[in-house]
Amino acid sequence: MSGIWRAFISLVQRDLLLAFRHRGELINPLLFFMIVVTLFPLGVSPEETLLRTLAPGVIWIAALLSALFSLESMFRSDFDDGALEQMALSPQPLPVLVLAKVLAHWLVSGLPMLMMAPLLALLLAMPGTGIQALELTLLVGTPLLSLIGSIGVALTVGMRRGGVLLTLLVLPLYVPILIFATNAVTAAVAGLPYDGQMYFLAALLALAMTLSPFATAAALRISLS
Amino acid sequence: MCCVRGEATLFEQLDFALTAGEALQVEGANGSGKTSLLRILSGLTLPDEGEVRWRGASIMERRAEFHGQLAYLGHHLGLKLELTIEENLRLALGIRSVCAASRLRSVLEAVRLDHRVDLPVRALSAGQRQRVALARMLLSEAKLWILDEPFTSLDSAGVVLVQTLAEEHLLRGGVMVLTSHQTVSLNGRLRKLELA
Repeated sequence: MSGIWRAFISLVQRDLLLAFRHRGELINPLLFFMIVVTLFPLGVSPEETLLRTLAPGVIWIAALLSALFSLESMFRSDFDDGALEQMALSPQPLPVLVLAKVLAHWLVSGLPMLMMAPLLALLLAMPGTGIQALELTLLVGTPLLSLIGSIGVALTVGMRRGGVLLTLLVLPLYVPILIFATNAVTAAVAGLPYDGQMYFLAALLALAMTLSPFATAAALRISLS
Repeated sequence: MCCVRGEATLFEQLDFALTAGEALQVEGANGSGKTSLLRILSGLTLPDEGEVRWRGASIMERRAEFHGQLAYLGHHLGLKLELTIEENLRLALGIRSVCAASRLRSVLEAVRLDHRVDLPVRALSAGQRQRVALARMLLSEAKLWILDEPFTSLDSAGVVLVQTLAEEHLLRGGVMVLTSHQTVSLNGRLRKLELA
């Protein structure tokens, strides 16, 4: 058991170190997220009531697209330089290593968005209750985006131009997350309970956390063979 | 110990076994399936027919045990260019859960890279990168080495080094499969397989 844990930690450590050495690329998804949201008041209308109704959807769509763009890099460099082969030949189970990679990906792409979101929500005149709900949905939703996305990336990593296919594969699976999350935030802004939507998201997260590493590992083995 | 039977398109009816202390050099023209054979032996690719066995059991059934004793060195070395030599080795072995800190120095000395542990791999030449990958292989303490063209981009000293390391590995009871266009001399413990 300790061997698995050691492998998990080493891989997370390695990916974070690599991300840190590539700080420039690291900032891109976050920048995209911020730019999309800040352009809305300029492009649509600075009127508060309108922005307040748009805010949950705008922030979540930006988060979703930003996650989608950052997905491609999850296995790309490891595939190109042979590190993925070495991982597949590790005595440790591949699903555990996949989970480590997804965690590292979330830490560098999902977590910064989570921290930036309250600021952007204020910019769109979202009330405090809404911000709280937004943070909760992002906390549960962004790991979900990474986990589901990892299956799609693993399937398309062997192709030179897998980008469009990846979007087609993953986007339909992202739609339920978007619906439940924005619905929860809208309900919170209106002062209604949003437990139901949160339970749905949490259930999806539990499902993705237990099943997607196996699907991703199998897809990676196919891509490698 | 190890037995393969055929992949339809490239080779058929291929059947061989290796015992401890033996090395097999796979020869053949470009495109004759040398790399495919090595990938099948390592478990990266499935053969279209037949199976690979390690200590009597199919490698697919006991994948973790087999991969714990396998070191595979392919065309892509699996090194991270942005990390230093030491980080590369430490983390790659961590992912395999091998504790290598104590032997790191001596192995780097053996491949003559001990004076540049803090250099990022990006700054190394192709031959030096190959040496880093060799160090990783030595540190993994694998019984079975599968090497795809281990001599490419190595200088003549490097070629001698690989042959010495290979001989030591075989003396310890290791097994080795390699492809190479060079003539390899390993004190008569070398068998050859010609792929048509």
